[in-house]
Amino acid sequence: MNLTLRVWRQSGPSDDGRMVTYKVEDVSPDMSFLEMLDVLNERLILEGDDPIAFDHDCREGICGMCGMVINGVAHGEQRATTTCQLHMRHFEDGATITIEPWRAAPFPVVKDLVVDRSAFDRIIQAGGFVSVPAGSAPDAHSVPVRKEDADAAFDAATCIGCGACVAACPNGSASLFTAAKITHLSLLPQGQPERLSRAKAMVDQMDAEGFGGCTNTGECTAVCPKGIPLETIARMNSDYLKANAK
Amino acid sequence: MKYTEGSEIHDTKAPAGPIEERWEKRKFSAKLVNPANKRKLTVIVVGTGLAGGSAAATLGELGYNVKSFCYQDTPRRAHSIAAQGGINAAKNYRGDGDSIYRLFYDTVKGGDFRARESNVYRLAQVSVNIIDQAVAQGVPFAREYGGLLDTRSFGGAQVSRTFYARGQTGQQLLLGAYQALERQIAAGTVTMHTRHEMLDVIVADGRARGVIVRDMVTGEIERHLADAVVLATGGYGNVFFLSTNAKGCNTTAIWRAHERGAYFANPCYTQIHPTCIPVSGEYQSKLTLMSESLRNDGRVWVPLRKNDTRAPGDIPDDERDYYLERIYPAFGNLVPRDIASRAAKNVCDEGRGVGPGGLGVYLDFRDAINRLGRDAVEKKYGNLFEMYERITGENPYDVPMRIYPAVHYTMGGLWVDYDLQSTIPGLFVIGEANFSDHGANRLGASALMQGLADGYFVLPTTIGDYLAAGPFGDVDDAAIAEAEVKVRNKIDRLLSVNGTRTPDSFHRELGKLMWDYCGMERTEESLRKALERIPELREEFWQNVKVTGTAEELNQVLERAGRVADFFDLAELMCLDALIRTESCGGHFRAESQDADGEALRDDEHFAHVSAWEFSPSGEPVLHKEPLEYEYVKMTQRSYK
Ligand SMILES: Cc1cc2nc3c(=O)[nH]c(=O)nc-3n(C[C@H](O)[C@H](O)[C@H](O)COP(=O)(O)OP(=O)(O)OC[C@H]3O[C@@H](n4cnc5c(N)ncnc54)[C@H](O)[C@@H]3O)c2cc1C
Ligand code: SF4
Ligand code: FES
Repeated sequence: MNLTLRVWRQSGPSDDGRMVTYKVEDVSPDMSFLEMLDVLNERLILEGDDPIAFDHDCREGICGMCGMVINGVAHGEQRATTTCQLHMRHFEDGATITIEPWRAAPFPVVKDLVVDRSAFDRIIQAGGFVSVPAGSAPDAHSVPVRKEDADAAFDAATCIGCGACVAACPNGSASLFTAAKITHLSLLPQGQPERLSRAKAMVDQMDAEGFGGCTNTGECTAVCPKGIPLETIARMNSDYLKANAK
Repeated sequence: MKYTEGSEIHDTKAPAGPIEERWEKRKFSAKLVNPANKRKLTVIVVGTGLAGGSAAATLGELGYNVKSFCYQDTPRRAHSIAAQGGINAAKNYRGDGDSIYRLFYDTVKGGDFRARESNVYRLAQVSVNIIDQAVAQGVPFAREYGGLLDTRSFGGAQVSRTFYARGQTGQQLLLGAYQALERQIAAGTVTMHTRHEMLDVIVADGRARGVIVRDMVTGEIERHLADAVVLATGGYGNVFFLSTNAKGCNTTAIWRAHERGAYFANPCYTQIHPTCIPVSGEYQSKLTLMSESLRNDGRVWVPLRKNDTRAPGDIPDDERDYYLERIYPAFGNLVPRDIASRAAKNVCDEGRGVGPGGLGVYLDFRDAINRLGRDAVEKKYGNLFEMYERITGENPYDVPMRIYPAVHYTMGGLWVDYDLQSTIPGLFVIGEANFSDHGANRLGASALMQGLADGYFVLPTTIGDYLAAGPFGDVDDAAIAEAEVKVRNKIDRLLSVNGTRTPDSFHRELGKLMWDYCGMERTEESLRKALERIPELREEFWQNVKVTGTAEELNQVLERAGRVADFFDLAELMCLDALIRTESCGGHFRAESQDADGEALRDDEHFAHVSAWEFSPSGEPVLHKEPLEYEYVKMTQRSYK
């Protein structure tokens, strides 16, 4: 396949950035999207140009590190797919593909397609955990958990922290991510003692980081590679209201 | 490559006495640090995977001052996140006859009698606490309808002791550790440095006292000092370029510690995983593992005839060879990884492999779908099937999966004693980065167990014993400066070559060479060839590599080049280690050492030892042997027939 890529290049946070066009030839339909970029980068290095910086690690759709906006859609048009799991067989020969970084004020661009998502870590620091020191836990079977609850908690726990939800949201809201984390712990007995304080602290931190508010447009779940449902946000809101009522 | 032999290692610091009491004894004899002093002690933990994340969180909780480092943008992304299958623990929740002793026994046997009994026993003991800890943190393990935890079985075991969280056990366990770590960051006991790569250990007055790191965003070279340093930097399987490891996995941290005096043990022990998606082309950047749990229901076969190009559905049953079931009737498709991998290689070598280049075998769910129904199969393995289809474009419900062995895990690593301390005092090594508990082959679901055992339970005790003598005072300036200059020189050298080949092209070539000559099967001839070729290729690398950009910016080419440089040095030691070990054991198959049936033949008389290599600047490493003694599990030839 032959493709034309329009890629966002930005040398650093203070650079304005611009779109640059590249032609790539001999793309195999079996390549992943990142492998296609690898091929281009190898060529750029040999030509003495700066290759395109992008984040990635596992290349298996689980670490959440890769992420780019492809043709206007976070992680590309294929549903429930991370960028590393997107394959070139889904594109047409001769196509032009636009590639940009996540765009949201709390995710400043570090370089090219690399952005700083440390705001997510600070939301977790605010309370996204169960306070349990190592070595003092009771036997795992002493607290049974209804299978339905465990499964629902699991569904929320699958969030990989990629940030696509933020990138897709017209308001730049981090609600889906935060709600996924809150839901995971609030559905389990282990998460109950800190349930309301956790919800309050995490939502407040999310606001403090400058993420926008949620207006239920649903763009987030549409791009979420793990299919985190919108209901989690309702659950988060309800816990948050309860926490504030106390 | 020349080498010399040094003194044997006899004292591993394991307490004597009955094996059940050794860990208790060690815990009791370990000196305690009083809470007021802990605040005055700083510990550096490099790596935030299961081992490093759990260690940093626990040390922070205990009150030490912890500095944590990782190369990703957040600690939650460490490679541990990719683990699919599960984590072992001797809970005996099923009442199927499991016990600490049985887990210990299976692990020693599974490791082909090349692991230390004391360490493995402790691992089995602590395994029980890991599950409790994870559940208390809210890790959503799979549950039964009664609300209790579910388990499954894995290759190499006949009891059901593997706890799992769908196909994402690693992610869920890592999130537990990560959340504990973030809690400590908020509490101020841990300072986190993401996007920082450790490039050297500072050794002063004979002790590890800090690290030199590069801020990967600004390029700044920083020095961080401490009373002890913990490396939890994972395995080095990426020396083969193609592997199931995350792209960033590398050997830099442990290799540079090795150059500073830490012994490197059993470098040649590589685990090959039998069920990975085969290589499809030259551009490929990594290989994807299909969980071993698929072999609970999937049947492995190849055509009986050579070069049979018919579609799998057109090959009648009596023209198929279900070779694992045929050769190993007792374990069938669930034989351990080394056995399954080699069997696949053998049938492909005979010309009976399937798919492009004949490098693949079928993993077929036809019978499972007929027996259990498509829905049940989808429930159990749906996400894995989807992953397979995404990558290959083939639907495994209709056509059998094609799989082939791939490099997966490295059992070698820095040598540590029972306290997890390396040969550099104050330098501790945990998780996949050390060599300790798996012998020559790692059974499935035991790496997660080891990483968490080390991080949550073992290291926090043993490091206290070391730190009780601290704080260790000011660090010699000259030692810091020397390490920093060494790091800067290496970076400058890489940037100044300005040749005509990319770092990746060298890495790919090195990786292929390692796979062909030091991979699943090795011979004296192939290893000698590799030992000839590696130095030539390394020479070319240093003459002809092209690194664009500068040192003072985010520069992924520079990062990669530094790692490839270290892989060259490691690769050479791996081949040397493999050459000298003229036996087959675990993941190390020496073609010269097999029995009449073509099974691996161990040589206990000459090789029942750990090979611990000491670095020598002259280029002639020194081999120290640590003899292995088996008091509890009698050494026998492993058989799964
Ligand atoms: C696909 C796959 C599936 C697996 N499935 C299972 C399974 O089901 N069960 C099981 O038990 N095991 C499994 N394993 C093995 C297991 O996941 C790993 O062995 C284990 O997670 C390693 O953990 P670790 O903490 O030692 O290292 P890692 O998780 O690899 O962490 C290494 C850390 O070190 C950091 N680091 C490395 N070098 C540097 C440096 N120079 N400077 C700064 N930071 C650095 C990294 O940033 C990272 O944080 C699997 C492995 C793979 C690849
Ligand atoms: S909710 Fe979905 S899109 Fe958002 S960070 Fe989590 S996995 Fe990514
Ligand atoms: S690289 Fe890990 S999710 Fe894409």
